[in-house]
Amino acid sequence: MSKRKVKDSHLPVGECITEVQSILRERLCCNLHPDKPEEIEAQHKHLLELLKRTVIHGESNSVLIVAPRGAGKTMLLKCVLRDLLQEKEAEKSLLQVHLNGLLQTDDRIALKEITRQLHLENVVGDKVFGSFAENLAFLLEALKKGDRSSSRPVLFILDEFDLFAHHKNQTLLYNLFDVAQSAQAPIAVVGLTCRLDVLELLEKRVKSRFSHRQIHLLSTLTFCQYVQRVQTQLSLPENFPDKKFGQEWNKSITTLCKDASVEEVLRRHFNTSKDFRSMHALLMLCLSRVSVSKPVLKPADVLEASKLRFADAKGNMLHGLSILELCLIIAMKHLNDVYEDEPFNLQMVHNEFKKFLQRKSNSMYNFEQPVIMKAFEHLQQLELIRPVDSSTAKIQKEYQLMRLMLNHSQIMEALQKYPQCPTDVKQWAKSAFA
Amino acid sequence: MTSLLEQPGYDEEKLQMVAEQLLCREDQAGLLLSLMGQPQQYCYPSIFIYGHQASGKSHVMHVMLKELELPHAIISCVECVSSSLLFELVLFSFFGSEASSLLPRSPSLSDFVRIYRQQCLQAPATQTRYIVMEKAELLRDADANLLPALLRLQELVEDNVSVILLSEISWDKFRPNTGCFEPLLLHFPDYSKGDLHQILSQDSHPKYSDDFYSSYINILLGVFYTVCRDLRELRHLVRHTHTHTGRQRHTHSQHSEDFTQHTHTHTEDFTLLKETDTHKLWRNIEPHLKKAMQTVYLREVSSVQWEQMQQMEEKEAGALRGLSAHTHVELPYYSKFLLVAAYLASYNPARTDRRFFLKHHGKIKKTNFLKKNEKTSNHLLGPKPFPLDRLLAIFYSVVDSRVAPTASIFSQISSLVTLQLLTQVSHDDQLDAPKYKCAVSLDFICAISRTVNFEIVKYLYDFL
Repeated sequence: MSKRKVKDSHLPVGECITEVQSILRERLCCNLHPDKPEEIEAQHKHLLELLKRTVIHGESNSVLIVAPRGAGKTMLLKCVLRDLLQEKEAEKSLLQVHLNGLLQTDDRIALKEITRQLHLENVVGDKVFGSFAENLAFLLEALKKGDRSSSRPVLFILDEFDLFAHHKNQTLLYNLFDVAQSAQAPIAVVGLTCRLDVLELLEKRVKSRFSHRQIHLLSTLTFCQYVQRVQTQLSLPENFPDKKFGQEWNKSITTLCKDASVEEVLRRHFNTSKDFRSMHALLMLCLSRVSVSKPVLKPADVLEASKLRFADAKGNMLHGLSILELCLIIAMKHLNDVYEDEPFNLQMVHNEFKKFLQRKSNSMYNFEQPVIMKAFEHLQQLELIRPVDSSTAKIQKEYQLMRLMLNHSQIMEALQKYPQCPTDVKQWAKSAFA
Repeated sequence: MTSLLEQPGYDEEKLQMVAEQLLCREDQAGLLLSLMGQPQQYCYPSIFIYGHQASGKSHVMHVMLKELELPHAIISCVECVSSSLLFELVLFSFFGSEASSLLPRSPSLSDFVRIYRQQCLQAPATQTRYIVMEKAELLRDADANLLPALLRLQELVEDNVSVILLSEISWDKFRPNTGCFEPLLLHFPDYSKGDLHQILSQDSHPKYSDDFYSSYINILLGVFYTVCRDLRELRHLVRHTHTHTGRQRHTHSQHSEDFTQHTHTHTEDFTLLKETDTHKLWRNIEPHLKKAMQTVYLREVSSVQWEQMQQMEEKEAGALRGLSAHTHVELPYYSKFLLVAAYLASYNPARTDRRFFLKHHGKIKKTNFLKKNEKTSNHLLGPKPFPLDRLLAIFYSVVDSRVAPTASIFSQISSLVTLQLLTQVSHDDQLDAPKYKCAVSLDFICAISRTVNFEIVKYLYDFL
């Protein structure tokens, strides 16, 4: 028994790391919800009060939570629901219907889903019977029959609310808001959306039935708070099996966050975006570098991770092109310089390339037209060039007008990084007028 | 390789096996594996891997998932023309055939998620489940909600599932306009010349020594590397030119036999010479490789034909007519003239018609005729549309005999359109003043006009 105890407090490093990875991965990937919402207490309180009124007093409500992506809408809602369900009355009587605009793409599907989640009579197993009209009538009937005092409150949660506004006639939204407004069964409609102009999407009759209550989650995060958040995200909880390892880990995280280079990286991330998702992605990349042989996070890991995050995708793709394809891109760049904003076709590019070859009198790049066409098509496949109009069948390939999807600096930067780039090609790219 | 082998939670022998199969991709595979974490741990909801064609994206995923025996579904978006096929495949590979039969006839995403959740209650994931989508760029053309939903599938089904997207195109071109869950971006860089050499020399021919083979690869890369870095393409070329090399080596030995007779040296250690003398090998091989670039690389000559050509000693490579040589079309006499007239109408400016086609056109000022500002030739800009009247006018001028405008002439014009030698430009009106463009190349029209003894180059404004 005593042996077991000793083992518990002092796990081998491998198991500790496994444990660390499990805990932190779960936190970063599945967005586990914190016990206490930070910085959004006011919104949390507001929403909780609102839902409580529906549950306890039978008041019907509608509310929209509007915030940019990754700002914690779902987190807020989940926290509120968790707190709400701690009330005895809520736990007993509240019915929840979760809908997502991505999944329920039209009203018919949404209606079936509602019927299923409410376990109404026309559901056998999980099959729903009846046509759309029958379903709707049935559902409305069921909602209408109820009244404030006796029937159970229903909470409708519409994730990706803006997509519901694209349904035909907005029937579902109209009916939900209509029930919420009139004295029928008590329901609360909570919409989550990232569009600020979501009210403009609603029809007039739908809009007039909506309560116009909006909760905005606009981030007021300062840099200090951001660093603090990084630190809390990476720290291990109190109940970590190996106390000593946990303490050491937490200490190393604290020192890590104070490191100047890490701070610089974090500031850069903070300046690009404040949302939690991108922070989690960064931390995930850091975490993946922790292993048994390297059981602590070093500033170098954070630097590497941020380098991965900030890698320039187009530059990366340009790096892998062949010299012929690179030459074609340079020719296109020259064409763009000379004839500003004019589209080009393969013939013009080839002509420009030929001019370069004549000047250099270098037979090394003397390729046949079909070989050049193949390179050109490869560039099109990579979407580095794009046809001006998409009527592909009507016109010969070599006369199809194209536009270059790269800008000047991207090309020059790619040339700098290109491995073993021939000098004459580099010079050709630099000379503004060929 | 060390980073790959370190990952705990996996069988070490299996990791070793994986590492052996992933040549020159150790770093990427190691990073990927460390992101995936141990099997029972959560993985990031979606990972987006981009890189050039044949940079080992699918290969790495296949090998890792197969060898490490992780539950996975590999889906090619080319095959899944409708999303119901995709749902079926995913459910089938995770939960077996009963689950996929539960799907209704034309399932929506909602049905898929519902059934997935149901099945998940019965068989929750003990290991991370992976869905690998190959050619993910095609997802953009599918339903607008499919890609955002796949990216946050972990959240939607509340299971330990991770979606891995493989594509050639960078993530910037995928983002839907209202945004979505951002995946982790990973780049698979292109193989360097050394990497390519290493990979290609792996499958060396047992008949020849490794050095010989690797020097051959060197020569091949020397010719093709400037044009093509696609491993698959290069491997295809290696496969179809190396039979030639083998043969070349034999003939080469004959050559060098002559050579040695002349110089009276090296007669004894002749076998040694033929394997190590890369310079001579290069001299013999290089023209053939250059020819291969114009034939096999462009698929002008199919690889079977190429092999046959190698068998026949006399026939030079490329002597066989390729695909593009077959573009020669037999046309009726007047159709040829119609096509010639159409070409002239497409590539000449209308104001020069008087000068070219009128017999007694009087005096035309040369300065007027050759305008200075038209520097770019029409052969650079492509064909211009012309009305039917102009086509017929040029046609009558070009044909020496008197031709009646019969129905057959007009039907020949429309049959040229169906042959796609001409294209009709505007579809406003079928009968009244249709406009056409000529869609043939200069070589083609030269060949056609030669058969009717018409010198087209004399009549082309660009070549004056």
